Parts: sequence; C-alpha cells; structure tokens
Amino acid sequence: METTTTPSQARPKRRRQQGTAAILLQFLGSMNLAITLLVVVAIASIIGTIIQQNQPYPDYLLKFGPFWFEVFAKLGLYDVYSAVWYLFMLTFLVVSTSVCLWRNTPVMIKDMQRYREHQQERSLRAFSNKREWSTSLDAAEVERIGAQALQRHRFRFRRKSHGDARLLAGMTGRTNRLGYVFTHLSIVVICIGGLIDGNLLLKFREWTGQLQIETRNIPVSQIDESSRLPVTRGAFRGNVNIPEGRSAGVVFLDLKDGYVVQDLPFRLHVEEFRVEHYDTGEPRSFESDVILTAPELDAPIHQTIRVNHPLVYEGYAIYQASFGDGGSQLGLRAWPLRGEDRDPWELEGEVLQAQSVEIGGREYRLELEDFELFNVRPTEEAQTRRDVRNVGPSFTFRLRAPTGEAREYHNFMLPVEVRGRQFFLSGVRSSPQEDFRYLHLPADSRGRPDTFLSFYNSLQDQDALRTASERAAEATLAEYGLGDSGLVPQVALSARDLVRRLLEEDLPSVLHYLEQSMMERQVPEDRREMLMTFSRLAMERTLWEVYEAARGDGDLRPVSDADDDGQAFFRDSLAALSAMDLYAAPVFLQLTDFDQVQATGLMIARAPGQPIVYLGSGLLTLGILLMFYVSHRRAWCWIKPRPGGGTELLLAGANQRDPLGFQRSFGALADELDARIKAAEVAAGHRRD
Amino acid sequence: MSTTPENVMEQFDERGFLRRLSWFDWAWAAAFLVGTIYASVHFSQWMDRYEQGILYLSYISLVWVGWVWKPARAFSVVVTALTLFALFQYPNLEAAESNFFLNYLLASQSAIMWMCALFPAATVVYFAGLLARSEFTEKVGSALTWAASGAGLIGLLVRWWESYLISPDVGRIPVTNLYEVFVLFAFTTGLIYLYYEHRYRTRALGGFVGLIITASIGFLLWYHFDRQAYEIDPLIPALQSWWMKIHVPTNFVAYGAFAIAAMVGLAYLVQARNPEGWTRRGLPSAETMDDIMYRTIALGFAFFTIATILGALWAAEAWGGYWSWDPKETWSLITWLIYAGWLHLRFTKGWRGAPMAWWAIVGLLVTTFTFLGVNIFLSGLHSYGEL
Repeated sequence: METTTTPSQARPKRRRQQGTAAILLQFLGSMNLAITLLVVVAIASIIGTIIQQNQPYPDYLLKFGPFWFEVFAKLGLYDVYSAVWYLFMLTFLVVSTSVCLWRNTPVMIKDMQRYREHQQERSLRAFSNKREWSTSLDAAEVERIGAQALQRHRFRFRRKSHGDARLLAGMTGRTNRLGYVFTHLSIVVICIGGLIDGNLLLKFREWTGQLQIETRNIPVSQIDESSRLPVTRGAFRGNVNIPEGRSAGVVFLDLKDGYVVQDLPFRLHVEEFRVEHYDTGEPRSFESDVILTAPELDAPIHQTIRVNHPLVYEGYAIYQASFGDGGSQLGLRAWPLRGEDRDPWELEGEVLQAQSVEIGGREYRLELEDFELFNVRPTEEAQTRRDVRNVGPSFTFRLRAPTGEAREYHNFMLPVEVRGRQFFLSGVRSSPQEDFRYLHLPADSRGRPDTFLSFYNSLQDQDALRTASERAAEATLAEYGLGDSGLVPQVALSARDLVRRLLEEDLPSVLHYLEQSMMERQVPEDRREMLMTFSRLAMERTLWEVYEAARGDGDLRPVSDADDDGQAFFRDSLAALSAMDLYAAPVFLQLTDFDQVQATGLMIARAPGQPIVYLGSGLLTLGILLMFYVSHRRAWCWIKPRPGGGTELLLAGANQRDPLGFQRSFGALADELDARIKAAEVAAGHRRD
Repeated sequence: MSTTPENVMEQFDERGFLRRLSWFDWAWAAAFLVGTIYASVHFSQWMDRYEQGILYLSYISLVWVGWVWKPARAFSVVVTALTLFALFQYPNLEAAESNFFLNYLLASQSAIMWMCALFPAATVVYFAGLLARSEFTEKVGSALTWAASGAGLIGLLVRWWESYLISPDVGRIPVTNLYEVFVLFAFTTGLIYLYYEHRYRTRALGGFVGLIITASIGFLLWYHFDRQAYEIDPLIPALQSWWMKIHVPTNFVAYGAFAIAAMVGLAYLVQARNPEGWTRRGLPSAETMDDIMYRTIALGFAFFTIATILGALWAAEAWGGYWSWDPKETWSLITWLIYAGWLHLRFTKGWRGAPMAWWAIVGLLVTTFTFLGVNIFLSGLHSYGEL
C-alpha cells in the first residue's frame, strides 16, 4: 500500500483496457477501502465489549426482553466475534491486505534492488534536497571523496558513466522496504492462525446438523452421540469441573445456549484442589494436583496445575480456570416455620443434588447449590480494605414450591456479630439478578437459633398464645388498676390480634392499624395516647410471656427480667419477627455439619494455530521496527568535469517518510562532503607549494 | 587561519558509536552492571530464570537509553542514589513515619505526593515561559519535569520495597493496579516528553504535555483520597507472573507516547488559529509538530504492538488462549486499528495537518478508554483496577 517514487504515468492509460477482475483487484487493494475497513472493524468490535459475550441465553432474555433478545440473537450479538458478518469483514480486511501485498511486494523488492543509477542531471536538480560545488579538484578525486562520504554515511552505491559525467547512486536502509512486506504479511499470517484456532468448524457442523447442542444438565454417559466430538487434532477450548478424587476424559465446549462434549485422548484424575490464602484472607493461589493417564504413556504424569502454570501435554494445554463445590455432604436441621408440626428434624444433602422435602404437608424441592468454607467480609468498623474477618461456612440452596416458583437462600453456619449482637444470617432473593436480603435471627446465649425459633413457633401455637395473652392482659390491667374489671378476654383477644398482625406485617404497620381503628371507633383524642400505650403494652407483654415460656425449651440458662442480655435478645427477636413475613420461607435450614468436597474447574484447550500466530506476531514486530526505525534513503553524486579544468559536483537526496529527519541527515552528508572537498583542495594546494 | 586536512577532518568523527562514548559512559554502565549483578545474586531466591532475564534485559535497555540520550545517565544516578538511601532508612514499615527523610521525601507516598505537586507546577511554569517568551522560565519547567519524573520513579521503586516489608509473600512489582499504573503513566509520559524536548530543542510543548499529565494526577489524587487506593494489596493469583514485569511497562510507554502525540496535536490546532503569533512565542513550526506527532505515534504504535503481543503470550499461559475477545483485548485491537489508520493516512495518502491532529486526539480518547474506561464500565478478565 505504498506509493513509491516510480513514475506512474503509465497507469491511467492502461486502465481503459482493464477487465472486471482487474478493476475488482484495484478496488480490493485500494487504500480507501483499507482505511475504511480498519475503522469499520474497530467500530464493530465495540459491540462485543458492550454486550457481555457468551452468557447463558436466559440472562440475555431477561436483560433485553423477548423482542430484542430475538433480534440480537439473529444478529449474532451474543458471540459477535464469530458472527458471520463480523468474520466477513475480517475476511475482507485480510483479502484487501493480501491484494496490497500481492501488488506491492514486487515493487518493494525492486525498489530495494535498484540504485536508480539512470537518473539524469536535470531530474536530480528537481529534488528539494540538493547542494552543488564547483572545485578545482579533478573528477577522479571528487569521485573518491564522494564515495568516501557516502560510505561513511552507510550508503551502498553503484557507479555509472553518463557521457563524460559520472554518477554515484547511493542507497541505505533498504530493509525498510521489507518492513512493509513483513507488517502486511503478518496480518494475513495472524488471521490465518486465528482462523485455525477459531470455532468455525464447530459452528459449521452445528449449522449443517451434524452436531446437536445439548442443553440439559445430564451425566456425560447419557449424552447422545450426536452431541459428542471424537478426539481431534483441531482446535477447541472447553471447560470441565472435576471433584476431588474423581476423574474425567472429556471437556465441554460451550456453544450457543448449550454445550457439546469433546473427547480427550487422556484421562485427568484430580487428587486435591487447594486454595491458599494470604494473611489478609485474599486467595493467594489456586492449585490442583492432577494425574494424567493416557494409553501411550508408560507412567502417568503427576503435576500440580496453578494459575499461570498450565500443564501442557501433546499440544493440549490444561489450565486452572475456576473452582467450585464438588458435592459436599451437608448435615442440616430443618426448622419448619409453617404448618402444624413445629418440631425440627434432621436431613442430609449433597451439594449440586436435589431432593424433595415435605414441609407442612406440601412437597418442596430442595436444590443444594453451593457450599463455601470461608466467607471473608469487611469488619463492621472497617477503615481500610484490609480490615476483614472470616465469618465461617455458608451454603446456598433453592427451595422450589409445588407451583414451580423458587426462592434462593444463603445461610451461614455460625452466628455473625452485628453491632455487638450475634445473629444467624439467612439471605433470600427471588431471582439471581437481585442481591440477597439478610434475615437476622438472634442467636441465644449458647450460640444457637433454637430460642428464637421456638419463640416464633410458640407464637403460631394458638393455645400457647391464648394462655400468654390472658396472662399478659391480667398483668397489664392490674398495672392500670383495672384488675377486676372483667376486661381480660377482650384485652387478650385484641393483644392476640396485634401479635398476628405483627407476624404478618411489621411494627409500624401495627401501630398504624391501632391508630386507624381508634379513629374509626371515634375514641376521643385525649384518650388515644393512653389507649395506644395500653394496647401496645398488652401486645408486648403477650410476646414476652410466649418468649418466657419458649425460652424454657431452648435456653437453659435462667434469666431474670433485669437480665440485659435477655432484654436485648427479646428486642432482637421482635425485629426478626417483623421481618419473618418478608423471609417467606416454609422452613429455616440450619447447617449443623459438613464434609467439604471441592471441585476444580479446568480449562482444556488445543490451539494448533498458535505457532502460526506467534510467527505472525514476530513478523509484525520486526516489520514495524524496520518501517519506523530504518529509514530508506537515496543520495546521488553527479560529477561532471568542468570544460576548463576542475569539477562540478551535484549532491541530491530523496526519502519519503521522514522529511525533517532526512533534511538533517542530508545536511550532515553535504557538510561532510563540503569539508572533505575543502580539505582536499587545501591538501592539493600544499602539494603544489 | 591555516586549515590542514587533519583538523578539518576532526569534525567528522570517523569512530563508531561505541568508540565515541566517553569514560563517563563506560563508568556509568559499569556501575549499573555491578548493581545489576549484585541484585541478581542477592535476590536470586526471589527470582526465577525469566525474572533474571528481565533484570538483565532492563539493564541493557537502560544502558542503551543512557548512551543515546545522555541526560538519562545523570537522572538514573540520582534516582538510584536516592532510592538506595531510602531503602537504607527503611528497616520496617514504621520507619515511614518516624524517619524524617522518609516521612517528608522518600517514602513511596511522600515521593508520589511530590510528583503530584511537581507536575502541575511544571505545567504552569512551562505555560508561563511560553506566554512570557522567557527561556529561563521554560528551563525551570524542564527542571521541574525532571524532578517530578524522578519523584514518581523513586516512589514506585520504594513502594516495591515496601510491599516486601508488609510481608515477603505480598511483595511484588508495583505495576499491578490502577493506582500504581497512574504513577507509572505520569512519569513515563514525563520522561518520553523530556526526550523529545531534548531531541527537538524546544521547550514550548511542555505545557501542553503537562496538561495530560496533570489530568492524570487529578485522577490519581481523587483515587488516593477518596478510595484509599494507595494501600498495597496482595496480588491475585492471575497476576502472579513474570509477564507482568514486561507487559505493563511496555504498554505504558505506548500510552505515554500516544498521550504526547495527542497533546502535540492540540498544540498544532492551537497554533493553526494564529500561526504567526504562536511561532513568534516560540511554538515550533507546524512541520516540526507534525513530525513530533509522527515520531511519538510511531513509538507508541511499536510499543503498543509489542505490549499487545506480550499480553497475548501471557494470556496463552494464564487464560487458556492467546486471544479471548476480552473487553481489554478488544479495545486494544480497536486502539491499534485507529493508529494503524493514522499511519496509513500519513504514509500512503500523505495526509498532514489538522485532520491528523484531530485523529491523534481521538486516538488518545480511545486509548484512555482502553486504559481506564474498560476497567470502569466493562467487566472481563482484566478487571483488576476496578473503581
């Protein structure tokens, strides 16, 4: 794509006789097309950075809505860089570059070889960089000086006689021309290498129906042959999760909204996966001890794979990519929050497995999703990012109601300190897009959730509630001096009503309801305040009575009314009660025991195009350095004997890239010639003397 | 005056590059060689063979730069002396506050703060010099730029030491997060500018280049005070690689060069509004600025290409493939294509002047997005420097 100094007047004449092919070639190799393509590819590439690529399809559906989801899917925007239109543009760019290369390489090579010794004096005079001398030295002497100066400035040159004149045609930095060839060739080479390593073949087979995309989450053994790829010499890049103590001989390649299975010529057994931590709690290293076995291997390969340290076997590179749970065994205690039977029961589960559980007469599906041994969180008074603490194990599960509706929960095994008090945290959310909102269940003095949960359950027990409310009504009335007014059943009923409301809603709405009902009953304003306080007191007494009774069940430690801890716990419990409605779970799952099994996420890739790409990269670097830092320069010395003795010298120079730089270097060359001529003149004078 | 052939020829140093070097050139190179060998032996337990290779490669690059650009020698001596002085004052982290020199000058925070003060000062002084046509004032601007670059470099070098003082397993080269690379950007840009100032013998562009450095310092200060970004955090596993040591600095030479090109482009556009007036003030000719723009973009393009290739090589080791169309990678490609377009326009279409200046400025915007915007707005494998 270079313009050269070759006169190109011949071209327009020829064009008239050109055929369609030649015109097409002209178009493909044109500079305007090349620059347009550079810019268009640049702009098109932006799309793929704005829309996150290769995410699960449901995520896109949720994000864009059904209409745009379809439109974007049709345009291939979820995998832009292998979309047909994008590849078409890249191909176009490669074709354009190739055409340029094909047309210009011969010109460049010629330009490297030619010294232009046929230049005429007249054309040399037309150069902007030139200088002339007229000296008493003879032509041979001037030619010698000219040759010396050119040589010292690293010019190689040819000599030619033009009649009685002599021409020294010099050239330096001709590898600059190779720079052009290398850079453009490298683009073609890199793209070919990249094409070999792309997943075009896979897409093609999927498109022609030779390959079926599997979207279900099923064991490898059940996957149909039509979704499996045999061992290949070609490129692929896939992932596989292997639990500790298990092995795998396949890898999963993500494709559209599913995957296909690629068979491997070896098996990987994972002995152990480890996460090492810094003192601050951040992970320092992820590593897997693996054993690779293959039929052609005499002894299996034992190696630890770490991030940045893959295992390479026969062109297959195995990387530490991710990690997760490999099916930890969890011991759980289920506290039913609804239904008649309120006693907790124990159950066992395995992460990544689902089981059905019956809660309050309904069948739920419990999907254990994940288990985390460490949870490093900022401390409450965190000043810097290094103020963190580990709050212990947690697990995530999804509870699916018979209707199919599911909520996701995130429960911690140990109580976590919040503002000086201990709570069991249980997060809840109804879709993965939301953040977890955490219910704070107060931990009792033995660090268990038992007291609160039995308190909560007692509140659902109508008999217990009735007893408590009556005792509370009596006590409250007595306090107001109405001990024998016979109002106990009425006050107790109203207190139970308020408790029910508290459980269904929260404290502010209970108070609001109270105010509302007093307005309706047209209670005079001066008595409202008193009545409000009274009703609230009755309700709180009722709760307290229930709590006292429940505490007997859970918390063995005797507590007096004056016990601050007990009071605080009661307050925390009331706060938790009002939040129970939002929690909306039929059960609270407490993690009591676990046996962690981790899984390592390995990425396995084969990239036969890699050496080609690296070769291209090397060419590119070399080419760019040659182009920028080797300057292609020409200089001519036209030496003509003067008729009456002495010689005329014309120095002219040319360079296309770097006019300023050349001006300087040409100046240096001319100055040197000048000095040499003067010195020779003086020396000749001395000789004459 | 009698002119003999001998003394005329003295003007033309027939000697090769190496023979033209002075005794100081050799002594300087030898001193750094001793230091390099000492480091390579003394710290050998912390370095694998690649890191040893990088150490010697850095030495060779330093010597080459110093021999070609003489002021770099004195600069390297002063920076080394001050850094070593700081390290000797620094047995543990507490010394940063109790030791006078560390507290006020040389602890990484102090040195970086000095840099943050000196670069804006240099910018103001450069502009004052340009507007007042005072050569002396401009020289002060250069001195301030040298000092600021030195402070930034010392800051990072001392920070390197500090990371090991926190804990040996936390220790790492300080080019691993947004805070550190902003410091790197500021002084790399400063030094590249100083090279071109020396080469083109004009200080008039200092203020313009200072603008972009000052802008980056504004961000750095915000990041420092609002986000406490100066904290040294341990490295995540993906970044624990010797590739880091070459990939990041190479990239920042490119970013620095692109930034200078854009700022010279800005100066070009300013001058184009009143060429005579500005040339009288000392702004270089349009032709010269065009040339500087080309030089810096060529330098940036070469380094950017190498940095991207290094990144690809690293990715092939860390992420399972040399190219993953990660947002950072894609934006690097976009940046590369934009500057490739610029170079084609200049080389083959012979474009010069205002459109190219505009293109260089747009190029810097794209570069800034690659460098910063990707981390802020897009998520991907490169998400280390999140805000």
